[in-house]
Amino acid sequence: MIRVQEQDFEFGTELAAMTEGNHGIGGVCSFVGLVRDIASGETVSSMTLEHYPEMTEKALADIEAEARGRWPLEDALIIHRYGRLEPGDNIVLVATASAHREAAIEACHFLIDWLKTKAPFWKLEETPDGGKWVDARDIDDATAARWVEDKSAFGGESDAAD
Amino acid sequence: MRLLYFAWLREKAGINSEEVNPPSEVATVADLIEWLKARGGGHAVAFADPTIVRVAVNQEYAKLSDSVAAGDEVAFFPPVTGG
Repeated sequence: MIRVQEQDFEFGTELAAMTEGNHGIGGVCSFVGLVRDIASGETVSSMTLEHYPEMTEKALADIEAEARGRWPLEDALIIHRYGRLEPGDNIVLVATASAHREAAIEACHFLIDWLKTKAPFWKLEETPDGGKWVDARDIDDATAARWVEDKSAFGGESDAAD
Repeated sequence: MRLLYFAWLREKAGINSEEVNPPSEVATVADLIEWLKARGGGHAVAFADPTIVRVAVNQEYAKLSDSVAAGDEVAFFPPVTGG
């Protein structure tokens, strides 16, 4: 499931809702991204996330579908916020559920790596020197590219996309 | 054709969106960028280095060599930083 929203989320509530009534789930893995108060040595007072509304939900749905195609997941959830956020605020939640731990852990890692390079969001950090757009990092491209090469640990159980 | 601009491209171009009718020889994303650059002003600044501009045509990521046509929605933006 995909949600793109301005309002906050409470990850405990979201995880409980995910597992409610599905006793085929043996494990849940989650990642929560938060706004930091420092970036490149500079104080950050706020971060404003801009996105491309007509494209964002589609891009996130494609990323979720890719994960479901690679790993045997019972459920997957991506919540991504936009708008003006302050240090300590939640930005993103990725949660995956599967019968056994490997699929949930690997799929969660995959999803957050691909969000970095494929979800149409841009971040403006407010610093003492003014607003600064966060540059995409080469390391994020490299990290995401790893999932193009790597097969899941479930060679026989999932149809890893080449 | 509807054009959208995001993040610093929006700031440099000085516009969020616009409707344009490029001439028929504008067939690809690369052609469109060159045509927009030639209009000067904020567009020339925004597209000064096309290699750092990313593009989506009808909400799908696109390459410079992909075709564009009347009625398309073409979005220009810096490399994305989700998550």
